[in-house]
Amino acid sequence: MTVITGLGIIAPNGLGTERYWDATLSGRSGIGELDRFDTTGYPSRLAGLVRDFDAAQYLPGRLLPQTDICTRLALTAAGWAIEDAGLDTAAVRDYDMSVVTANASGGFEFTHREFRKLWTRGPEHVSVYESFAWFYAVNTGQISIRHGMRGPSCALVTEQAGGLDALGQARRTIRAGTRVVVGGGADSAFDPWGALSQTAGGRVSADPDPATAYRPFDTRAAGYLPGEGSAILVLEATESARARGARAYGELAGYAATFDPAPGSDRPPGLGRAASLALADAGITPAEVDVVFADAAGLPELDRSEALALRELFGAGGVPVTAPKSLTGRVFSGGGTLDVVCALMSIRDGVIPPTFGTRSVPAEYGLDLVLGTARQTRVDTALVLARGRWGFNAAVVIRSVEKGS
Amino acid sequence: MSRTMTIDELRDLLVECAGGDDAAAPAGDISNVPFEDLGYDSLALIETATRLKLERGVVVPDEVIAQARTAGELLAEINERIAA
Repeated sequence: MTVITGLGIIAPNGLGTERYWDATLSGRSGIGELDRFDTTGYPSRLAGLVRDFDAAQYLPGRLLPQTDICTRLALTAAGWAIEDAGLDTAAVRDYDMSVVTANASGGFEFTHREFRKLWTRGPEHVSVYESFAWFYAVNTGQISIRHGMRGPSCALVTEQAGGLDALGQARRTIRAGTRVVVGGGADSAFDPWGALSQTAGGRVSADPDPATAYRPFDTRAAGYLPGEGSAILVLEATESARARGARAYGELAGYAATFDPAPGSDRPPGLGRAASLALADAGITPAEVDVVFADAAGLPELDRSEALALRELFGAGGVPVTAPKSLTGRVFSGGGTLDVVCALMSIRDGVIPPTFGTRSVPAEYGLDLVLGTARQTRVDTALVLARGRWGFNAAVVIRSVEKGS
Repeated sequence: MSRTMTIDELRDLLVECAGGDDAAAPAGDISNVPFEDLGYDSLALIETATRLKLERGVVVPDEVIAQARTAGELLAEINERIAA
């Protein structure tokens, strides 16, 4: 069995697990105006931005010239997770520790800065570190080097499902014999090109009001807002955690991934199947689920599709559903892992955070969406869902250690 | 003949190219400290060589860079080329 023993969070609405969780319960939003460059002409200027993060405060100076923002977020969050787990990496054999991270954008800001140098000043002005700073796998590599983790490691690129897929792969790695895996996701893409790429996708909300721009499942939902951040966890074989007396936040009890049928197919999208497969993998029935952290796309068609999948699995209003990501924007590869952290905190504190921003949910959705204020209730089992564009679906079941397998 | 480079100037260039502006930054005379101990890998040295060429017109080939084990050794190669 795989337990989660460490959490490292950098979210738009909070640095560190406790500040993020406090923000999530109280409704402190990380959505704001994009101010890193002149956004004149951009159709949407709102985003979930990590502010007050000074990488030099957390990382050695040697790492700064060679890292994109997303890698700085990943490295810092990984360091916090390892510290939170009380893991003395020097006391564990290097091949018994692995790294699995997801990333969807690569080192966008770094790369586009180097591109600018290439076009305006010539090839000799391009940083040698561009050779790896752009790359999706760079976060796994940098964490591995910094913490001396040489076990089987990999990087996953499954768009916004990546954060959950990384945890699934981490569990697979542990089952194959690795003691400790540092796993999760990180993304940031808010340089001029990155921000343009976000809006060019056609799903970003053009509503200029930060309070209403991203309101998943709402009658007036009109798109999502992109966010940046990183959520990295320490996952461990139960025996390893027990042997070193580590605290376990919860168990990664189930995981499944599916892919949507081709466009135009009459088969349904794969999210519902991912959810039911994850429950089956955990060996539990829908009735045992206390809360669902929804993918919550914020677009009517996708919201309806997710609501339908949940209704089929749980029955109308059959389970509390929530989407704390309305406060952070969609953090791409970090999004699913952030929701897993919410699930673990919900288990710890016996409370389900609400979906801020959303006010009225179409009755046809049949959703018991937690609205307005947090709901106090015992939580032992949570289902976390994520969809990545172009067909990725992932589902994770998180259980309290007491209820664990 | 151009003015030769000092060890302090080389250290500043290394820090600028490959970081080190923190508590672990190299201080004092680093001439005989191996690059590995200073935390600079081969990429850090290649980046530094590129800047040497752009800013001072000194061309130190990659294979020479790869052979230098300390800042003192690299400085000798640089100044040999400045003097030539």
